[in-house]
Amino acid sequence: MSTTPIINPNDPEKDYSILNLGPTHPATHGIFQNVLTMDGEMIVKAEPTVGYIHRAFEKLAEHRPYAQITPITDRLNYCSSPINNMGWHMTVEKLINCEVPKRAQYLRVIIMELSRIADHIVCDTVIAVDSGAMTGFLYLFQWREKIYEIFEEICGARLTTNIGRIGGMDKDFNEKAWNKLTAFLKEFPKALKEFDALVTRNRIFVDRTVNCGPITAERALAYGFTGSNLRAAGVDYDVRVAAPYSSYEDFEFTVPVGTTGDTYDRYAVRMAEMWESMSIIQQAIDKLPSGPIHADVPEFYLPAKELVYSSMEALIYHFKIVMGETDIPIGEVYHAVEGGNGELGFYLVSDGGRTPYRLHFRRPCFIYYQAYPEMISGGMLSDAILTMSSMNVIAGELDA
Amino acid sequence: MTTQELHDFVLSNSENISSSIVTSYVDRDFPCFEVKKENILEVMKHFKESTELSFGFLTTCCAMHFPEQGDKEFGMVYHLHNMQANTRIRVKTFFPKSDLKISSLVSLWPSANWMERQEYDFFGVQFQGHPDLRRILNMDEMNYFPMRKEYPLEDAGRDDKQDKYFGR
Repeated sequence: MSTTPIINPNDPEKDYSILNLGPTHPATHGIFQNVLTMDGEMIVKAEPTVGYIHRAFEKLAEHRPYAQITPITDRLNYCSSPINNMGWHMTVEKLINCEVPKRAQYLRVIIMELSRIADHIVCDTVIAVDSGAMTGFLYLFQWREKIYEIFEEICGARLTTNIGRIGGMDKDFNEKAWNKLTAFLKEFPKALKEFDALVTRNRIFVDRTVNCGPITAERALAYGFTGSNLRAAGVDYDVRVAAPYSSYEDFEFTVPVGTTGDTYDRYAVRMAEMWESMSIIQQAIDKLPSGPIHADVPEFYLPAKELVYSSMEALIYHFKIVMGETDIPIGEVYHAVEGGNGELGFYLVSDGGRTPYRLHFRRPCFIYYQAYPEMISGGMLSDAILTMSSMNVIAGELDA
Repeated sequence: MTTQELHDFVLSNSENISSSIVTSYVDRDFPCFEVKKENILEVMKHFKESTELSFGFLTTCCAMHFPEQGDKEFGMVYHLHNMQANTRIRVKTFFPKSDLKISSLVSLWPSANWMERQEYDFFGVQFQGHPDLRRILNMDEMNYFPMRKEYPLEDAGRDDKQDKYFGR
């Protein structure tokens, strides 16, 4: 997009109106305020305000033991909390030099790819809704519910999952979880194909989304885009490939890229990624090794509750972990995972204490949302709504 | 390229700014460079625009507070990424509380805009040359910088709170 303004916002000849879009507006799917300067239906200037659901996670994290920070990460991008959980576990595992067994890594991959599908279902169906296609949304959105049912079998929670432990998984999948997962793998492709047939080549949808809120690869990189939004602009950067974690190097998958970085490309990249995620899950199930589901790090791995009540060692380690009696290595690590929206990074500084000395979250939404005014100026108001939903800005991650 | 080799490679290609680098070392998977605060813009420009290094992507930046460190009380940590070569480095700089001014990197990376606003908001680091240095996540009326270590979180065990004020 050219940086020279097409319209001069201070032109005395023009009579602009101010439109306050948000903070609570049904079309913005979250608490986002944008003060728009409008020339009729056209946006001249936008001024986003963020911070409406700021909960001071970085400060909170300085007060909590490592195991208690996982529930905080749930609430970053709450559409794909398991990825955040795993990212945090892997950050601490990097700090304590702990190698997680292959089975746990594969189980993590299955969970992370399921939540990536759930995240992309939200984004893609909402793009469809905002362009007027309610039917596709209704058909596909129930599959997010099925994914949450699988999570429920794995960890007992649905949205804020707190899946896994530092050092591995807390428990293996039970039979119900496997059955639900198998059923999901069998049925979901049909539903996704149906949605694809309803929306992807729909004339109205294509007319609405092509060339809506585009961004070039160069500007996207300058604005710190990562994830699907960057790939839609044509840059094949994916943390799963660039810096494989949790055995992603064992799986065959392609990284879909777009060309123009507009709403349609962002939609299409996410659709393609859902198919890739399905393939990764299938590969992980086929190759799933047997063996332990957590590393042998009793100083960091919270023992199962029934062991705490029945075995002395487990009780001691439980007490030491919860009371912060464990020696945590001093050091600093940066670890990144491919979250639903892009590179979710954790920069952790430990001074050996019970809690992190400093924990900084690299939240992809927060960084790329600042490009929003540039992407929507000169366009129509209705395109601004579509652009926002296609960027998949999640309020929890934006405001931390 | 191992991390040590990357570290040596970056150093050998940074001779024109070598006087700005205070110290450098390898920390796990990251080569780290501590640089002088006065020259941060020049150093980052070199890291970004030198054809050999081309760390063109600012992954993240965050401020730090170490109340016991005297002249190194505050710090900024930047993570840079060269996406073509898939290499990352960490750049650090420290400064005392009496001098919280540091050059803004918005001229190099537009993405630094909100990242720096966030660190101003929480630590009060004064970014010089920032186009719009306002609070971002906290309310505008706030008159302190909450992530500094002198503001501890409330003790979870305090008993001077009366339940009746909280509807319990």
